[in-house]
Amino acid sequence: MTISNEWQPSGSIESLVKRAKILSDIRRYFATEKVLEVETPTISPSTVTDVHLEAMRTLHTNPLSVKKTHLFLQTSPEYYMKRMLCAGFPSIYQITKCYRDDEVGRYHNPEFTMLEWYRLSFSMNELIQEVDTILRLVLDTPVCDKATYRELFFKYLGLDVKSDTDLKVVSICKKFGYENIVPPGFKDTLSTFDRDMLLQLLFCEKIETQIGRERPIAVTNFPASQASLAKIDPSDPWLSLRFEFYYQGIELANGFEELNDADEQNTRFILDNKKRKEKGLEIKPQDVKFLNALDVGLPMCSGVALGIDRLLMLALGKKHISEVLSFDFAAL
Amino acid sequence: MAHFSTNEFKAGLKIMLDGEPCNILENEYVKPGKGQAFSRVKLRKLISNKVLEKTFRSGDSVEGADVMDTELSYLYTDGEFWHFMNNETFEQIAADEKALGDSIKWLVENDTCTITLWNGTPIVVTPPNFVELAITETDPGLKGDTAGTGGKPATLVTGAVVRVPLFVQKGEIIRVDTRSGEYASRAQK
Repeated sequence: MTISNEWQPSGSIESLVKRAKILSDIRRYFATEKVLEVETPTISPSTVTDVHLEAMRTLHTNPLSVKKTHLFLQTSPEYYMKRMLCAGFPSIYQITKCYRDDEVGRYHNPEFTMLEWYRLSFSMNELIQEVDTILRLVLDTPVCDKATYRELFFKYLGLDVKSDTDLKVVSICKKFGYENIVPPGFKDTLSTFDRDMLLQLLFCEKIETQIGRERPIAVTNFPASQASLAKIDPSDPWLSLRFEFYYQGIELANGFEELNDADEQNTRFILDNKKRKEKGLEIKPQDVKFLNALDVGLPMCSGVALGIDRLLMLALGKKHISEVLSFDFAAL
Repeated sequence: MAHFSTNEFKAGLKIMLDGEPCNILENEYVKPGKGQAFSRVKLRKLISNKVLEKTFRSGDSVEGADVMDTELSYLYTDGEFWHFMNNETFEQIAADEKALGDSIKWLVENDTCTITLWNGTPIVVTPPNFVELAITETDPGLKGDTAGTGGKPATLVTGAVVRVPLFVQKGEIIRVDTRSGEYASRAQK
C-alpha cells in the first residue's frame, strides 16, 4: 500500500525554526524600542476600497440576532491600528495573519503573515531608517540604498514619469512586447489609472529585477496617483510620501508617512469606488469608524507593513513561499 | 474556438499568439502589493519552435488554439508529402516538409509517430524516442574497442549521421535516441 505524502507540512523544520527565531528577534527589537505589541481583530464589517485588492469574506451567525452578517477578513490591520493611534495609544506594532483573495504564486499565499508598525512623530525618512535597521538585524544586510520612483524610471528606462507623454509610456511598453497590455483604442492619451497600470508593469518587470541586488533599496516618493494611504509631499503635490523596500527581486515592505486628513481620506475612498464601478468590480463599504477616528485626529506618524514570509524567503534563500510556511495553500 | 482567461493558463494549454499556435510551459503570477496583477507566461511557438515570454494582465483572455496530438504510423513519402495512417480508422494524412523538419531523418516505415494537428493540418511530426536504422557507411573500426572512446561517424539509411563506437560496422542496425540524436545500442536481432 502506498500512502500519499500530501499530509506533510510544506516548510522544513529548519525553515520553521528560523521563522520562530526571526519573530523573537523582531519582538525583542520592538521591546527595546518600547513599541507596544498589540492585537486587533482580523475580521471587520468593512474593508479596503483599493481597486487592486480583494478581501475574502465569511458569514457570521449571531445567537442574539436572526440576521447573518458578512464579515471581511483583513487584507492588513491598518484601520484598526490607526483607530488605536487616534485614541491616544503610543507607537504600536503587531504580527498578524492577513488574507487576500485571488493571490496565489511564488511570492503570494492567500493567508500570510504581516509585521505592521506605526511610529508616532516619525517622518517617512526616519521610518525608512528603522526598516533598514530591522533588515540588518534579521538578514545581516549592508545599509540600504535609496532612490525615488522617478529617478529609477529615468535611470533604467529613460522615462520621466512626471513629464513624459502617455505616447512615450506606451511606446516603451510596445518596445518590450507589452502591446497587449496597452488599453485597446489607445490614441494618444491614457487615463491616470491606465498610465499607472502600465508604469506598474514596467516597474515590476524592468526595474524591480535590476534594483536591490547587492543591498536592499528603499524606493521613495511614489506618484500621488499611487499614494494609497500616504500623505501628499508638501514640497510637490505630484508626489506622495509613500515608500517601498525591495531586495533581490522581492517586494518586501510598503510604508507611508500617514495621511491624517479625514476629508482627503474620504475622497480617496470615493475615487476608489468610482473606479471599481467603472471596472465592473464590487463597491466596498467605507470604514466609517476609521473615518470618524481620523476626524478626531491621527497624530503625525509613519507606518509600514513588512511581509514576514518573504523576509524568511530572503533569510533562507528559498525560491517559493511554500517553503517557509508550515502549510501553504496547496497543502491545505 | 474557446477563449481562455489567465486563471485557466497552465502548462500544456494551447493558445493563439501572433497568429501561431503556442503551448504554455509556465504561468507565473506577478503582483505588486498595491497594483495590477499580471501573468508572466512562458510558451513555445509550435510551428517555429521558439520559446518566449509574454506578460498578460490578470483576467485577460486569449483565443485557444485547436491543437491535438494523434498517434499515426508512417507509410511512405512521394517526395513532396510524407504519408501517415491511423491504424484503427485507416484514415490517412499527409504532412509537408515544414511539419517534418529534422524528424525526416528518423522516419522508419510502420513506426508510430506523434503528429500535432492544428485545425486538422499537421504542423509537427515527432518520431518515437528510439528508432532502429541500418548503417550504410562508416569507416572500419579497430577490433577490441568498446563504447566510451570517441567513436566514429556513421551514415544511416535515412541520411542521418550519428557517432557510433568503433566496433559497429557498415550494414548493422543500430538503435538511436531521436531526442538527442545519439547512438544507444546495436539493435536486438
